[in-house]
Amino acid sequence: MRTADFAIGIGGAAGQGIATPGNILAHIFARRGLHINAYNAYQSLIRGGHTFLTIRASDGPVYSMGDRLDLLIPLNQDTMDRHLKLLGPGASVLYDGESIEVGDAEKGVQVASLPMKELSQGNKLAANTVAIAAAVYKLGIEFEALENALAQIFARKGDEVVAKNVEIASNGYQYAAENFKPFSFKAPRGEKPLAVWTGNEATAMGGIAAGVKFYAAYPMSPATGVLMYMAKHARELGIMVRQVEDEIGVMNMIIGAAHTGVRAMTATSGGGLALMTEAIGMSGMFETPIVCVNVQRGGPATGLPTKTEQGDLWMMLGAGQGDFPRLIVAPSDHIDMFRTMPELFNLTDKYQCPGLVLSELIIGEGTVSVDPAEIDFDVDIERGETIFPNGDSENPYGGYGDSTYLRYRNTSSGISPRAVPGVPGHLFVASTDEHDEDGTLISDVDTDPKKRRMMVEKRARKMMNVLADIAAPTLEGPEDAEVTLVGWGSTRGVILEAMEQLAEGGITANQLHIKWLVPFHAEAVTEILEGSKKVIIVELNYSGQFARYLRSETGFTADGFVRKYDGEPFMPHHIAEAVKEQLTGKESLSVPVHEISV
Amino acid sequence: MTTGTLTLPVSETKPEKSSYKGKVHPDWCPGCGDFSVLAALQKALFELELQPHQVLTVSGIGCSSNLPGFINTYGMHTLHGRSLAVASGAALANHELKVVVTGGDGDGFGIGGNHFMHTMRRNLDLTYLVMDNQIYGLTTGQTSPTSPVGMKTKSTPHGNVENPINPIPLALVGGATYVARGYSGKQKHLVEMIKGAINHKGFAFVDIFSPCVTYNKNNTYKWFAPRIKILEEEDHDTTDFYGAMEKGYQWGEEIPIGLFWKNDKLASLDQLEPVLEEGGPLAYRDPRVSKEQSDKLISELL
Repeated sequence: MRTADFAIGIGGAAGQGIATPGNILAHIFARRGLHINAYNAYQSLIRGGHTFLTIRASDGPVYSMGDRLDLLIPLNQDTMDRHLKLLGPGASVLYDGESIEVGDAEKGVQVASLPMKELSQGNKLAANTVAIAAAVYKLGIEFEALENALAQIFARKGDEVVAKNVEIASNGYQYAAENFKPFSFKAPRGEKPLAVWTGNEATAMGGIAAGVKFYAAYPMSPATGVLMYMAKHARELGIMVRQVEDEIGVMNMIIGAAHTGVRAMTATSGGGLALMTEAIGMSGMFETPIVCVNVQRGGPATGLPTKTEQGDLWMMLGAGQGDFPRLIVAPSDHIDMFRTMPELFNLTDKYQCPGLVLSELIIGEGTVSVDPAEIDFDVDIERGETIFPNGDSENPYGGYGDSTYLRYRNTSSGISPRAVPGVPGHLFVASTDEHDEDGTLISDVDTDPKKRRMMVEKRARKMMNVLADIAAPTLEGPEDAEVTLVGWGSTRGVILEAMEQLAEGGITANQLHIKWLVPFHAEAVTEILEGSKKVIIVELNYSGQFARYLRSETGFTADGFVRKYDGEPFMPHHIAEAVKEQLTGKESLSVPVHEISV
Repeated sequence: MTTGTLTLPVSETKPEKSSYKGKVHPDWCPGCGDFSVLAALQKALFELELQPHQVLTVSGIGCSSNLPGFINTYGMHTLHGRSLAVASGAALANHELKVVVTGGDGDGFGIGGNHFMHTMRRNLDLTYLVMDNQIYGLTTGQTSPTSPVGMKTKSTPHGNVENPINPIPLALVGGATYVARGYSGKQKHLVEMIKGAINHKGFAFVDIFSPCVTYNKNNTYKWFAPRIKILEEEDHDTTDFYGAMEKGYQWGEEIPIGLFWKNDKLASLDQLEPVLEEGGPLAYRDPRVSKEQSDKLISELL
């Protein structure tokens, strides 16, 4: 349960330093044990433009940036002009009265002007600290919490900077206490301090837990955070991290690494994945397991480098020419991302195929709180039927000292024991050409339809029993609800919040969240959906990529669709209002309008 | 861990000449220069006493890239143009393997040009043998990045008007630390070039004139024979960069083969990478992070 649930928006031009106040607030809230969800709306530039950070906090789980702002902190006139209209009664705006003019605020909005220059003693960089201090006061949080946060965040800059910031913060806090009313609510306390991470950090940490020892990438928004995390920790953890000349090189390099037995991984966005596709096919043909994360952004082409979308599903399904098995998973949030990485690595080792992860900007760059006890690195690492030279048991697969080792042995499971280079007596050539069981090419001289068929079927057979290894999706919420909302990837949380809003309005809704795209639990999904009263598919793209995929896998066509493709994520009310609209029977496709102009 | 593992006795027996003979007889055209390159590589491995399982041969796509199938080592027959990227990953993940990359001029200087440049500057510990026949053979005779101006091919029926790449100066500028040229018609010399390349710690590049007897009627054995001049038989200083550049540009009546440039002062990437300092190949290490390490990662989030 949430006893309080509030959101703060901080906006300014890129380069005005909104990241620091954002960090300070996130730090204070997480320390207090509050759940947070922060979303930074920005553009692809380093200076100028408009950046708007929303931090929502509560003593219960928060899955999205929410629907409203309680406090607006505009650091420039532009932010004031764009966002003041979002504030309703009880909300407040904190701004520098000397440099920013307030517009027409709605009745009941507290307009709180701060003499920023005087309070910050003319220190421009510290002006944001004044606003944060006033915000902290209005939220009923004691000054010590801010003092501690400043000490930690500015620690690297030295005691003098910390002392100066604390002094300026104290000025702001006192001024607010003397001149402004606190909010009608007080920031509650949670059970214990929480940690804060981005989805890209969770992705990297999941890879580390899975035993990744080789990471290669090319910088690309919004996936670069994974590279930066890996690079930062490479030496202490013994991970080879390489920035490669392009994504073609990246995918080829990690396949080369993985082929020798190491767990290898990369993360990119759609454009990078497009360059990797031929090599993804090589992973399929070599039967060499790799994991590739696509942190989706708006497409096509360069598209929206800093905006979110679920537009790459079909590209992932079709990445690489030809017909070969792969695994595709779309974790729903940060902790799910962390836990999915080891699971996926184990499956790719078991089935010797590429594992693809669909992340999204809203996950990768979104900042949320997490209970540190949930981040469990003690995971199972299962390498499947892999033959290493330093093993300690009897060779179960035969082949040492004779010529019977067949890398691509036509087994009943389709899985053939994989020797890594360096093992004596198991020499073979991995070939992207079609090959025989021993790796010999059958594509050139002696193309043999029977052998070709055998090898296609051998690879395909690996997927025969894979469904048993992954959990089937289940319904969340009341079983006999009026409407079943179907989503995949990042929308799970915001759909849960939309369900709450619908319940408040007397409408019962449940959710079928799809995490695994390939393999797809077609039977389980069909059974659930056929038992639902009304099925509405919610996704962040124009053409209904998942709706079409669902139809192709099950023949099931939904009753309604909620889609958004403006670059911004769903807010809960977008979905709730669309459902209400569709329950009247008038509409079957809703495209919510994003009210925040960034 | 359900890893299928096994104990293997370390082979003490010295490899024999036949140890490197592949299962498949090469399907190159009779007279193809690549036969000689294959034989030279096998001889070099034998003379260096490298066990076949310690060697990984990596190729791209093309006639010459079929080589891994014809030699008895671990092999990867990758995608067109990608051999160096794949080999880089393999060589860094298991830096105890001897990784030999083989391919053609189209594969290496055309579609794979970007990887060539960056693999050189990184000075990865790889041996790169390019069987340079100045033509696209497997696609039945189109122009290549090293086809001379005026050469008539199926894609330049009126004669090639584009300037070719000169691989030797390109490799020198790119940062390769062992730059040599060989010729299929001089196999003994080629063996020495390849041995030197494998023994070199760093990126070793050997451009090998390997005539295509089917599609290149210009650069034939007959054309090369009188022009080839062996650098080792004259006074060439392999530590003189500008001298190497000058020799690299020599073309026409006299074409030098041999070792142009060798730089032993630059560390190779695996030597520069602290992660590889101890613990053996990454590929064989325990993938787990310790409790202490993971606790630190979590504490950074607090």
